[in-house]
Amino acid sequence: MLAARHFLRRTFSSALATHRDTAYNNRDTPFDFTEENYQKITTILTHYPPQYKRSATINLLYLAQKQCDGWVPLAAMNKIAKILEISEMDVYEVCSFYTMFNREPVGKYHLQVCGTTPCMIRGAQDIIKTIEHECGIIKDQTSKDGLFTLTEVECLGCCANAPMLQVNGEKVYEDLTPETMKAMIDAWKAGKEPKVGPQNGRTCAEGIQGRTTLKAQPNVWPDRDFAKAKDDYQKRLEAEAQKKKEEAAAAAAKK
Amino acid sequence: MLKLCQKISRHFKTSSRLLNNIEVFVDGTPVSVAPDYSILQACQKAGVVVPHFCFHERLAVSGNCRMCIVEIEKMPKVMTACSMPVSPGMRINTKSEKTYNARGGVMEFLLANHPLDCPICDQGGECDLQDQSALYGYKIGRFMEYKRAVEDKNYGPLVATVMTRCIHCTRCIRFYEEVAGIPILGTTGRGRETEVGTYVEKMVHSELSGNLVDLCPVGALTNAPYAFTARPWELRNVMSIDPTDSITPSIEISCKGGEVKRVLPRLHEEVNEEWIHDRSRHAFDGLKRQRLNACLKKKADGSYEELTWKDALEVLAEEVSKTSGNDMVGIIGEFMDVEAVVAFRDLMYKLGCENIDAKKNGVKLSPDFRNNYLMNSRISGIEEADLLLVIGANLRLDSPVINARVRKATVLNGLNVGLIGTDDYLTYDHTHLGTSTSALTDLLKGTHPFAKTLEKAKFPMILVGANVLKREDGEAVNSVIQEIAKKYNVIKPESNWNGYNVLHNEVGTVAALEVGITSEYDPKAKPKFMYLLGADNFKPDEIPDDAFVVYQGTHGDEGASRANLILPGASYVEKSGSYVNTDGRVSLGKKAIPAPGQAKADWEILRALSEVLGQTLPYDNLQEIRYRIAELAPHLIKYDYVEPYSLSWHTVPVKGEVNKTVISDFIDNFYMTDAISRASPTMAKCSEAFNPARNTNFVPEVPIR
Ligand code: SF4
Ligand code: FES
Repeated sequence: MLAARHFLRRTFSSALATHRDTAYNNRDTPFDFTEENYQKITTILTHYPPQYKRSATINLLYLAQKQCDGWVPLAAMNKIAKILEISEMDVYEVCSFYTMFNREPVGKYHLQVCGTTPCMIRGAQDIIKTIEHECGIIKDQTSKDGLFTLTEVECLGCCANAPMLQVNGEKVYEDLTPETMKAMIDAWKAGKEPKVGPQNGRTCAEGIQGRTTLKAQPNVWPDRDFAKAKDDYQKRLEAEAQKKKEEAAAAAAKK
Repeated sequence: MLKLCQKISRHFKTSSRLLNNIEVFVDGTPVSVAPDYSILQACQKAGVVVPHFCFHERLAVSGNCRMCIVEIEKMPKVMTACSMPVSPGMRINTKSEKTYNARGGVMEFLLANHPLDCPICDQGGECDLQDQSALYGYKIGRFMEYKRAVEDKNYGPLVATVMTRCIHCTRCIRFYEEVAGIPILGTTGRGRETEVGTYVEKMVHSELSGNLVDLCPVGALTNAPYAFTARPWELRNVMSIDPTDSITPSIEISCKGGEVKRVLPRLHEEVNEEWIHDRSRHAFDGLKRQRLNACLKKKADGSYEELTWKDALEVLAEEVSKTSGNDMVGIIGEFMDVEAVVAFRDLMYKLGCENIDAKKNGVKLSPDFRNNYLMNSRISGIEEADLLLVIGANLRLDSPVINARVRKATVLNGLNVGLIGTDDYLTYDHTHLGTSTSALTDLLKGTHPFAKTLEKAKFPMILVGANVLKREDGEAVNSVIQEIAKKYNVIKPESNWNGYNVLHNEVGTVAALEVGITSEYDPKAKPKFMYLLGADNFKPDEIPDDAFVVYQGTHGDEGASRANLILPGASYVEKSGSYVNTDGRVSLGKKAIPAPGQAKADWEILRALSEVLGQTLPYDNLQEIRYRIAELAPHLIKYDYVEPYSLSWHTVPVKGEVNKTVISDFIDNFYMTDAISRASPTMAKCSEAFNPARNTNFVPEVPIR
């Protein structure tokens, strides 16, 4: 079925701004939130005043996208409009504005490669080429086996570990090289899950030679016993009060 | 149902604490403005033009075109004038270098993606973008990249779209959402890919859709039937009014040569604000089709013989002389001007005939008291009222312009709307009280749940659709309504409020009532001679087979097909005349183009006929007939004025029984309600597109755009 879908070419990292009815995505496609998601919706709606229910649009769209394996069908948008008592157009506007919402089905692994400057300098284009080659797709397409969709996105905030890749909007793979990328794709194809995080063995955003600075316990603040300090303070207050009392008593005696 | 009131928050409002006017300086000149003014309005008040695209007085402020930016002293950056409220002592600089550069920059961005197709664009010559880029833009563009292209949308047969030209001012979106009450348009996508449209493939449809064309500041939405027929500088514009809508909205008739090219609304705060509905705007092309342009006599074999005016009037005179006054019946048509009605009345009375009917099965409303048959709270009263009870009218179809005002009142003033009659989507929240007359009787008894609300209302308004009065038991129903009005204090002389309103749908009826024509015609009588003065919407079985029927009018429609003698009349764009609307407002229609063929203004025909009959009417020109009108009813020559009428209450005694049938709305096809719109190809396309269920057998020659 996947092969039969026609995929709309995206430019500037956003899909076509209008909807085209297809066999798998039209007004009458059945859609309803699961019972579990309905409970989540109830919780979400408590976060907003009842007259501003529309504020929950993005949350609900996100829920719908999770429930539908990474994309939001038209029927889901209409459902959300009903739940939030807003016009359908309002939901379409939000959903088509944010590129994080896919309005067309994506593969099992939605590969979002960052193409912004730091990643680009560190070879993001090679990563994209590797994926294109390995999966037999070009940007914004889904592979024939329905496993991979490739998109180029803007900065995802892992510049220190460039180049990087985000999968399904959740898992982040960093420090990629064409080789590691290929290995990862092979793993996915074989049904395995490659390790999340940097692919060249480093931890988090540390330098490749390991941790070089800030090794010792910082010694900036002297150790301080807060309980004792509090105690001292209490005692001082009491002493002062006592002193005041005595002075007053002395003054009264003088008179 | 959408919570439409939520939209209030998007309207432009400033603090209500400041009540006095405040002073601001526009280019050094002090102006005193209301505290809720925006800078743009303050500039306008000071007579300084601030270029803008997205700002529109009747729509919420959106501030997204950025064209209106001005410099304000002590502010680090330029500000959008439309969305920034004034504050005391503000110094606004609209002529500074900074303002100039900012405007140029905005214009450069707007033009970055705007196609350079002015020579083939219908908006050319009246395009805000064109004008403003000439005035405020840079001479040279620096944008070397490809321009984007956007696919066109389906806005129906009235609005042509070239969405590539859209500058995303969102006026059309706001119009549909706020005025038309159909939140169907929006901006989808982002950045360069932003599009204005419906997102899903569906046709945009509203009875007010033609107004989009006026709102769109560029050529993205243009008038489809008018496409490529004229340039604005070739048009001759005549300021007139439209009698085909019973509120007589002010219109501008644009003509080129002897032809009407388009109709635009004109501003009239108390009547149509700035809107007209699609029939007002587009039905005029029916004036070129099916027109009667020669005097015709039906021969015995059913064919027609063309006569000269002289012969025709002689034939007519002969018939008249054969008949006595009592056997004659005159019927006044829906779009008749006061002049024609008065001439007709005078002539018929001279001939001894008192059977003149203007309502076609309507109730015999007494013309003695104007408040019995007019819209007493006026159209603008809708905004003062706090409760509106509509009886037997589907406002969205009967009078879309009034409906837009009701919608505005529900959103801004929280007007409470109740409806008795067939329920429909009216574009605002309303309570449906019931479909049949029993809701009325319940209300009178006080047993209806809505009775409490009605009791509490400070300024209640009851709007009775003319269709109610056309029912068989119309008189009884009307008196029940009047009883209700009495019981719930709908008329409050102490606060100068009369909430009993009749919404007519034909100006001819109002004109007849205004000159005191009581409908004494008994439909069961068998007249021998019938004079149809432009009357088309009647039941054929009302006319006896052996009667001699004269039809004087514009179109070969129902009336003409039954007529034995046809006299061609001029339509509302071809004659000057005064009309009275459902408010009681008298307004002047102007002649825009010459009448086709032998057609003449109606009162002129009647005057000529009177001479042939030897009963010469004593007026020879428009001036003189208006003196005659003034004799009958002096207020009818006070134009654009509603003569105040008494607030005292004159109820009609109940006649007959109310039968508990459904109050149905009689408009079954908004696009074809009268002879003109039935002859109009544009209206035919509309009913094909929007009203397929109630379609005609019309087959368009060219596919619908
Ligand atoms: S179509 Fe016209 S009115 Fe609508 S957003 Fe575009 S420019 Fe504005
Ligand atoms: S008119 Fe002010 S931003 Fe458009």
